[in-house]
Amino acid sequence: MAVRVEDAVPVEATARSAAPPPGRRRSLRSVVEIVLLAVLLVVMLFPVVWMLETSLKEGRDVYAVPAKLLGFDVTFDHYKDVFVQRGGTGASDLAVSFQNSVLVAGLSTIIATVLGVPAAWAYSRFTLKAKRDQLFFILSTRFMPPVVVVIPIFLMYRDLSLIDTKLGLILIYSAFNLPFTIWMMKGFVDEVPSEYEDAAMLDGYSRFEAFHRFTLPLLVPGIAATAVFALIFSWNEFVFAVFLTSSEEARTAPPAIAGLIGGTTIDWGLVAASAMVFAVPVLLFAFLVRKHLVAGVTLGAVRR
Amino acid sequence: MGEISIEGLQKRFPDGTLAVEHLDLAIGEGELFVMLGPSGCGKTTTLRCIAGLERHTAGHIRIGGDLVDDLRPSERDIAMVFQFYALYPHMTARENIAFPLRAEGLRDADVGDRVAEAARMLRLEGLLDRRPGRLSGGEQQRVALARAMVRHPRAFLMDEPLTNLDAELRADMRAELKHLQQRLGTTMVYVTHDQVEAMALGHRIAIMREGRLEQLGTPLEVYDRPATLFCARFIGSPPMNLVDVELTNGALTGPGGLAIEPPAGLVRGVRLVAGLRPEALDVTDPGAEGTVAGRVVSEEMLGDEVIYVIETGGTDLHVRMPPTTHYGSEAPVGIRHAGGPPPVYDPGTEQVVA
Repeated sequence: MAVRVEDAVPVEATARSAAPPPGRRRSLRSVVEIVLLAVLLVVMLFPVVWMLETSLKEGRDVYAVPAKLLGFDVTFDHYKDVFVQRGGTGASDLAVSFQNSVLVAGLSTIIATVLGVPAAWAYSRFTLKAKRDQLFFILSTRFMPPVVVVIPIFLMYRDLSLIDTKLGLILIYSAFNLPFTIWMMKGFVDEVPSEYEDAAMLDGYSRFEAFHRFTLPLLVPGIAATAVFALIFSWNEFVFAVFLTSSEEARTAPPAIAGLIGGTTIDWGLVAASAMVFAVPVLLFAFLVRKHLVAGVTLGAVRR
Repeated sequence: MGEISIEGLQKRFPDGTLAVEHLDLAIGEGELFVMLGPSGCGKTTTLRCIAGLERHTAGHIRIGGDLVDDLRPSERDIAMVFQFYALYPHMTARENIAFPLRAEGLRDADVGDRVAEAARMLRLEGLLDRRPGRLSGGEQQRVALARAMVRHPRAFLMDEPLTNLDAELRADMRAELKHLQQRLGTTMVYVTHDQVEAMALGHRIAIMREGRLEQLGTPLEVYDRPATLFCARFIGSPPMNLVDVELTNGALTGPGGLAIEPPAGLVRGVRLVAGLRPEALDVTDPGAEGTVAGRVVSEEMLGDEVIYVIETGGTDLHVRMPPTTHYGSEAPVGIRHAGGPPPVYDPGTEQVVA
């Protein structure tokens, strides 16, 4: 910008007299921004706050009209009911379903990642016969909504004695997460120059060692991001869980929580408390890998 | 001990792509051998076959007389430098350079000596404790070169190592690389798509096209007498003028009646194409002796030279002139052929015929 001082000064002076100084204007704008963001925050978080309050209210306060937003008696009974048998000391049915959810979602995510990452690497690095067709086929298995295939899978599972087992759910979730993992990880592997592996191979490593020692560490952010999405899918999955499991031993949390609604009286406090508990693990996991998550989701934006 | 011989090399990928159709090359000990061609011509695939990163589907590769077809890359005693440097990002420059030696299991003291020697030759002494992320492109490439040379390999393989550098740095590094190769006397196979780089560096140049060798020769041979029309278009900037010519009464006549000295051994009555280098043409005042009439289409003043595009007889010709000339756009001029007999091609086979 080559502006001569004599030219610039009068322009600035007239600007100052016509409009508020830049500092004031900026603070005005940020006030508007803050107000808008606060409104947005209230609208977005209100349902969550409502659930949280319901989970902490006594049964009679839940039904109070007008609703008590503040000043109700706080109780943790509902949270206790989530984990402990009412009137007993053993684990409640809900606690068992939470354990099942952790097991099913965790194992299916691990299986999909362990199988999907090397597959993605292979699809990224090697020239294969009809690679594009293969990749499209893999993606196409995700086109179908679960509800379309749930009846045939139910029949297959019945013959294979996988109905009402945790293993059955783990297998079906792994199968659903694998295509997603392969596609997402292929993008991340593509971003890592294959020259790292070439150089390592020239330095005396085998192809797989080169992948393991040099490419894999660079893929950690991508793996974290992919695993979070796979975990969220398995954790939240409802359709397969409700069709393929029936007993408390195999049932995961989503159908178990849904099962609380119905019957003559609904314990809304318990529904709210179990929903809050249900939200915690995914939030916690995402928080733990947040550093990798941000790096992973923005990886594609970096020019190599 | 560093000579490389390639016999009947063929590489077909599993998806059916034929990257290298058939290639025979004999690269001499201590030679700086350049493989040149547009992308997809098979030059990088050939290099990766020599390195052992790809397994060729037919033919044989020998390094220093030893058949290496089924050896792993690390067993071939070669070093490779990549376009993207491929420095390990979690290691310092020093660790990167030392890495191949440590992988070989060399003693720490020897590793230190060899790293210091390589760092001195490439002027990296002050940068050894930095990670690649804190080095500029040129510095990263020097570290990559140092990593290649610490091993004292039988041959260097270079895969477009200067492509990612900016123009000024590229010229510097080119000179440095050539100097380094001369000092070490190690065989170097250098792949590039940049014809200026190929001309500047190579003892010999192999021009490749669609998996086949198009021409093999010294830079001057390749420049003065391209073996095919493809090579003629590829080498030189501005490129060679390829003009339709007729052979009548022992004289070659170009567009607008331009007289060209005919090379020996031409067959009469065939359609021919002559390759005229821009510096083999002269722009003169209109009507000068031995010229045909032309018109200036464009004039590029480059400081050290002027590039004219002259239209004559419906054909545009590139002409390189000294900076003292000045005609201006649309000016009527004369043009004549001033060099010796040009290479002449058969437009059917695209091969040079005389």
